[in-house]
Amino acid sequence: MEQFKIPIGRGIEAVINFFVDHFSFATKAFAGVTENGINLLVSAMMFFPPWALILIFTAISWLLTRNRGITIFTMAGMALIWNLGLWDPTVSTIALVIIATLFSIMIGVPLGIFAALNGVFYRIVMPVLDLMQTMPAFVYLIPAIPFFGLGPVAAIFATVIFSMPPAIRLTCLGIKQVPQELVEAADAFGSTKWQKLFKLQLPISAPTMMAGVNQTIMLALSMVVIAAMIGARGLGGEVWRAIQRLEADRGFEAGLGIVIVAIILDRIMQKLGSRAKKQ
Amino acid sequence: MTHKIVVDNVYKIFGPHPDKALKLIDQGHTNEQIMQKTGSAVGVAGVSFTVDEGEILVVMGLSGSGKSTLVRCINRLIEPTVGKVEVDGVDVTQLSTVELMRFRQKHFGMVFQNFALFPHRTVLQNVAYGLEIQKVDPGAMRERSMQALTQVGLKGWEDSYPAQLSGGMQQRVGLARALALDADIMLMDEAFSALDPLIRRDMQDELLELQERVKKTIVFISHDLDEAIKIGDRIVLMKDGRVVQVGTAEEILTNPANDYVARFVEEVDMSKVMTAESVMVKPSALAYFKSDGPRAALRKMQKAGISSIFVRRDGKIIGMVTADDAAKAIKDNARDLQSILITDIQTVRPATPAIELFPILAGINYPLAVLDDNDHLLGVIIKGSLLAGLAEGLQTGGNS
Ligand SMILES: Nc1ncnc2c1ncn2[C@@H]1O[C@H](COP(=O)(O)OP(=O)(O)OP(=O)(O)O)[C@@H](O)[C@H]1O
Ligand SMILES: [Mg+2]
Repeated sequence: MEQFKIPIGRGIEAVINFFVDHFSFATKAFAGVTENGINLLVSAMMFFPPWALILIFTAISWLLTRNRGITIFTMAGMALIWNLGLWDPTVSTIALVIIATLFSIMIGVPLGIFAALNGVFYRIVMPVLDLMQTMPAFVYLIPAIPFFGLGPVAAIFATVIFSMPPAIRLTCLGIKQVPQELVEAADAFGSTKWQKLFKLQLPISAPTMMAGVNQTIMLALSMVVIAAMIGARGLGGEVWRAIQRLEADRGFEAGLGIVIVAIILDRIMQKLGSRAKKQ
Repeated sequence: MTHKIVVDNVYKIFGPHPDKALKLIDQGHTNEQIMQKTGSAVGVAGVSFTVDEGEILVVMGLSGSGKSTLVRCINRLIEPTVGKVEVDGVDVTQLSTVELMRFRQKHFGMVFQNFALFPHRTVLQNVAYGLEIQKVDPGAMRERSMQALTQVGLKGWEDSYPAQLSGGMQQRVGLARALALDADIMLMDEAFSALDPLIRRDMQDELLELQERVKKTIVFISHDLDEAIKIGDRIVLMKDGRVVQVGTAEEILTNPANDYVARFVEEVDMSKVMTAESVMVKPSALAYFKSDGPRAALRKMQKAGISSIFVRRDGKIIGMVTADDAAKAIKDNARDLQSILITDIQTVRPATPAIELFPILAGINYPLAVLDDNDHLLGVIIKGSLLAGLAEGLQTGGNS
């Protein structure tokens, strides 16, 4: 049986090589944008002393959620991270998550819209998303390396691929969930496709899209941690180093930092989602 | 005379084999057989009718009879499989996508059964939607939307969201949204069916009142004959995607085209639609003021077996005399009917609804005269004939 192994792996490898050889201009452009983005964001955040940044985050959290519990947790959690000496890796993790999420949304939302409006594309993209979401996260690390080498850009690339499916899926779902009668009403008054999209479909699907963005952020965070293996720094890097040196205490503390960041992001996004729904 | 809307032999087949289904329709197969043979559903089959400018045409039929499909074929929310729809002489089915959009903006306002208001927009923004689509400038847009809101009595609610309004108010917003456009045709798909009965009646009255002012051409879908009778200038009755009868309410009620229509009509409360004219009977005798004295009048009453008689002079009913009074007058040697004439009698017009006749009849012990505008006697109504007329109306569908 194994003598005639079907060359799936080889095929994928050939495709990757093809892209590496012929699309280096694209990978270089992506690398440039990403690297600059990360550097800019990190140095912007590092410009403030930790206590100032904590206050800023706390204020943002209050403005977005108007929820005392979440705001206090944000302040206390960040203070604990600072106290544990995890400030720098946390800042770089947050920067990676923000950049990766932005990419995922920028690519995922238009794809989701397109899938909702185009039946053929929908039938193609859905199985691909299923495949992408069941594939173990580590696998995405491998093609990232030939494109970008070890480092944060490769990590962002793998993270974007891994975290994009919910953005596509839930955008598409949200638009398809807009009641047929409302779409009919928009049509009956002579709306163009774009008017229908911007005046009806996107506003109504906003809460669902928000849920998608939330999932994307959570996936991005988990992937950024895993991507430490290919040179992403940050909290994941701390855990990775602790594993290699068998430092249980360091590893646990860094893990705690990740949990705190995850909870803060998740709660803020959930509040935003439910606020969007209420409107 | 040209019609505002001409629906010409329109078919809509849903499903995989429209051609086969069309052939089977021609051969006279039922929708069920066609569904079994081809897997296609017949929405509308060979429908033709016209709507005149300023007319309210009600399309009526049971659930699944193709009403919604038909009304959507008019503005092509549903693409007709075969057939032509003309509005102002323009064949809507031939318009390109862009032309169709413009055409809808210009000609069609639509009101939906479940309101279909945009939940994320305020009342005013909902009403303004059609104008916003047409890129009307904000000042004019606001003014026209407010005007439409005022027309439906919702001034002061412009900043609320639809979810904050009651069902009746929501549908007023739906109505205002269609009115704000200044389109000349309103398509209303069961616009009042989701409202509870009292509010529904109010809305019907308001629509009629509004129509007096705005004079739109309205195609109104309903599954309720009472509603159709009330607001329709004419009614199109549908069954299984086909038209069974077109006509005024009166025509359909008194002359049902077939059993199906007759059964539909039975459901209407006959006493509401029947009038004095349809339950009156011919008077069995009349006294003439100029030639008849008390003796002649009494004799006429005795012959007809009645106890009172209407008196006519110069073609007009001027009163009546009773048999008792006539007998007394004979004893007193009276020559004419003047002394015993009762002029204070109850009369009604032919269009008086039958339901209003009951209380009048209960208060008098002589027949009720039905007079036209010149006081000519058209017929009389006695208690027995009213009930009989209603009973007969119920059996035959109003033809008495
Ligand atoms: N999109 C569709 N696909 C398949 N069949 C359809 C579709 N829309 C309508 N039909 C069929 O066409 C027929 C007419 O439906 P339609 O909705 O026009 O009826 P209706 O008179 O408006 O009924 P109701 O009073 O329930 O609204 C029905 O048999 C229905 O099953
Ligand atoms: Mg319907």
